[in-house]
Amino acid sequence: MRRLVVVGNGMSGARALEEILARGGGEQFAITVFGDEPYGNYNRILLSEVLANAAGDAAQRSSTVGTGEAVDNDDADDLYLNPLDWYDENGITLHAGVRIVRIDRHAKVVLGDDGSVTPYDVLVLATGSRSFFPPVEGMWASNTELTRGVFGFRSLDDAQAMLAHVEGDAAQRSSTIGDSHRTAVVIGGGLLGLEAAAGLQKHGVAVHVVHPTEVLMNQQLEAEASKVLRSKLEQMGMHLHLGVKTNEILTTGDAAERGSTDRGQRRVSGVRFTDGSDLACDMVVVTAGIRPNIGLAMVSGLETQRAIVVDDKMRSVDDDAIFVVGECAQHRGEVYGVVGPLWEQAAVLADVVTGANPDAEYHGSRLATKLKVAGVDVAQMGVKAPERESDEFVQFSETGRGVYQTVVIRDGTLIGATLVGDVSKVAALTQAFDSRSALPEERIKLLFDLGAAGDESAAADLPDDTQICNCNGVSKGDLVACVEHGADSVSACMAQTRAGKGCGSCKGLVTEVVEAALGGAGTEDPADSYYVPGIPLDKPTLMHEIRTRELKSVSSVFAALAPDGREHVGSKMGLTALLRMMWPDDVVDERDGRFINDRVHANIQRDGTFSVVPRMSGGVTDAAQLRRIADVAEKHDIPMIKLTGGQRIDLLGVPKEKLPEVWADLDMPSGWAYGKSFRTVKTCVGTDFCRFGLGDSTRLGIDLEERYKGIEGPAKMKLAVSGCPRNCAESMVKDVGLVAIEGGQWQIYVGGAAGATIRKGDILATVDSHEEAMTITGRFLQYYRENANWLERTYDFVPRMGLDHLIAVVVDDTEGIAAELDARMQASVDRYVDPWAADQTESTPGQFHDALPLVPLPQVPVREGSHR
Amino acid sequence: MSTDAQPAVEARLGPVDQIPLGEGRAFLVGDEPVAVFRPRSGGLHALRAICPHRGGPLADGLIDGEVVMCPLHNHQFSLADGTCATGADDVAAYAATEEDGELVVRLR
Repeated sequence: MRRLVVVGNGMSGARALEEILARGGGEQFAITVFGDEPYGNYNRILLSEVLANAAGDAAQRSSTVGTGEAVDNDDADDLYLNPLDWYDENGITLHAGVRIVRIDRHAKVVLGDDGSVTPYDVLVLATGSRSFFPPVEGMWASNTELTRGVFGFRSLDDAQAMLAHVEGDAAQRSSTIGDSHRTAVVIGGGLLGLEAAAGLQKHGVAVHVVHPTEVLMNQQLEAEASKVLRSKLEQMGMHLHLGVKTNEILTTGDAAERGSTDRGQRRVSGVRFTDGSDLACDMVVVTAGIRPNIGLAMVSGLETQRAIVVDDKMRSVDDDAIFVVGECAQHRGEVYGVVGPLWEQAAVLADVVTGANPDAEYHGSRLATKLKVAGVDVAQMGVKAPERESDEFVQFSETGRGVYQTVVIRDGTLIGATLVGDVSKVAALTQAFDSRSALPEERIKLLFDLGAAGDESAAADLPDDTQICNCNGVSKGDLVACVEHGADSVSACMAQTRAGKGCGSCKGLVTEVVEAALGGAGTEDPADSYYVPGIPLDKPTLMHEIRTRELKSVSSVFAALAPDGREHVGSKMGLTALLRMMWPDDVVDERDGRFINDRVHANIQRDGTFSVVPRMSGGVTDAAQLRRIADVAEKHDIPMIKLTGGQRIDLLGVPKEKLPEVWADLDMPSGWAYGKSFRTVKTCVGTDFCRFGLGDSTRLGIDLEERYKGIEGPAKMKLAVSGCPRNCAESMVKDVGLVAIEGGQWQIYVGGAAGATIRKGDILATVDSHEEAMTITGRFLQYYRENANWLERTYDFVPRMGLDHLIAVVVDDTEGIAAELDARMQASVDRYVDPWAADQTESTPGQFHDALPLVPLPQVPVREGSHR
Repeated sequence: MSTDAQPAVEARLGPVDQIPLGEGRAFLVGDEPVAVFRPRSGGLHALRAICPHRGGPLADGLIDGEVVMCPLHNHQFSLADGTCATGADDVAAYAATEEDGELVVRLR
């Protein structure tokens, strides 16, 4: 068996090991790991949380520092990536606390500081990096020991020593400093420094951050972004000293008092800046950057510059048997200090080492980081600022709210973005950044959803003759006049002018215009939160009342919950839909609560005739069906046969009384082209026929439609499934859109639209199988059914709920309701009845009775096909 | 159609329960298309069956105790007198009564 030795047991060493094991490396290699910290490997990213969280038990924990017992500490469970057991289980020999001092590359052995000699066939160096301590007077007590009260912030020992100092030394400190509150100086205002500062602040320590330039976090942020961050931190009570350097760490001796001359007994009492001023403190944390640990590589004759130089296979350029990964690796001139690239490197390394893919290559990483700095959200990717004359730079700054956002575009491609305070667009930006995809013509749309219903253009500045509602022809002037004549709410103006009562896409703008006209004096409109206008309850409350009172008919809901028990015409449809969703088994079917479309299962047209769209799951049909449709069209003189946007065949201009006959002749199920319901799943031809297909989109589309057909909801649901990212079924602009990607996976987009509102969907999840795609789709739809307001399409619902929330509930099941959602959706699926089959005979007297006697129907023109 | 010059037309249209509770149905009274509604709150109401806005079939509209809503563009008309509260022209209203279980509509 070949021997694999890993030097370094930090995050990159552990990750490389995991990747190697995942590729069957456990069978190929006898694996030995050396780590000079006496622990299993742990997640350094969480160190700041260790510091921030462990307020109470710090003193107790300090007794376990360095003993390895901390592994058993409950608080540490999350911190450890792999507990010591993990090494045993995987047959890995771990030498924790042994430092490798030299590699003998000719003999292929590594030499430990305990005198051990360990042979290898393949060696992985993952030695990581360490805190950089700038040369400052008073920093060191001896060649290896920092002055008491001075800390790095790099290892678990560092974090625990800081905790011990903060919590444990109170008695001693008071005797020397005589100061009731504690003060810490953090040298270096980078990411790590600010995290240390925030952590210490939580312990009630007064924190001063000293940073040599005016720009905090200058690795990630440019000056303006940093300024916003700075004011946020100052609001939180952090003291910032920018553009100054520390000249000296001042110490006070126990020497005089206790008769000792040992410098090791001296402790921190303050710092002196380069301008000569002093600041008293009893603790100094040095976070002035990191330096790769390359000493071992240097003494062993490997090429090192800033770090150990590697090729695209993550091998040392000098030695094919030695691989390097993580912060100690320098690839194409870059040394990375965040985890993303480290994961990518580890995967390539494992591919090559195990032979799983001997041709795997690492080509560098585009850095995108999202983090919380002291409670402030920050996301950064690519370049910080424009670098060339021709680079486009879009900048948005709202300092009052602590929001700052920029994007940098070169040749039409996003090459950088910075978000501070509001990172809601980070997913879309990361996507654009990673995929180098086309960007919106109006660049600002990268930062704001201008097309969404909540459009926020300056309503007050619009000219009076601007048409606001394009359906009903209502101008801004009409709305303003309405306000001047006494209307005091948005809903009053909408009722009087009918603005926003067509397709509804202008409601946001109507609201803004009216609110501007009211000058902020508008009455708070409680009706805005009602599920339907006739019942003064929001949806959760309404559902609660319906459930507890077991109200199963629309009339009983009005009787119990409406003011004076009065029916309201505009509320009936919404209540009908809600009750049908809530009581799939035993809803009382009152047909008068339904819109005409739902009474006769067809879509009413302008002349009172109806359109008939049979179900054709996934948009797939066959010759027999087409022949039958043709026969029906001829027999009934169908005025127009048209293909719909959802890939179905629409027979238009059917008089109401002919509907049952047409359905019977078609002998096909209803396609639900009329309801506030699951409509169609548009598909492309996928792997069956398309040479680019990555997934069987047709199959998935058919299966989705067969399963969720006719499911009713607050608004219509249009779906699509595309077999590859070319996206021929337009999945990104559907309520739910699925896209097959390489690796047998499906991306699930939600909240897309390309109708009255244009919105690109957000990725809810990327799933590994057809079954999972079916389940997540159903669960999302059920959550939407239960939580969306009446007529609220997913393009408003998704941003209102927040993508993060939806992912948490629907994908990660953080609320523990996934099983219930699935079960309730299953109940609706199980109760499905084809309405065309069920209503072949009248369900109510005169159900299909002509409503326009004497009017000759159809009045719509009979249209010939394109052949002439 | 129905002007002052014409005599009142009355039609007996059959059993009331041919109109489901809470819905409307269309009838011909002479040569006038009439939509008759039967709200859950009680009573009978008759309006000309064609929406003055764009000719929509009012008998297919949703109703409550006070109004019918045209299914095409949601204009609302008072069941009692045909007045429109949403900006379209008013629609003619007629008298509808139940006599011995039978629906009677009278054009005025």
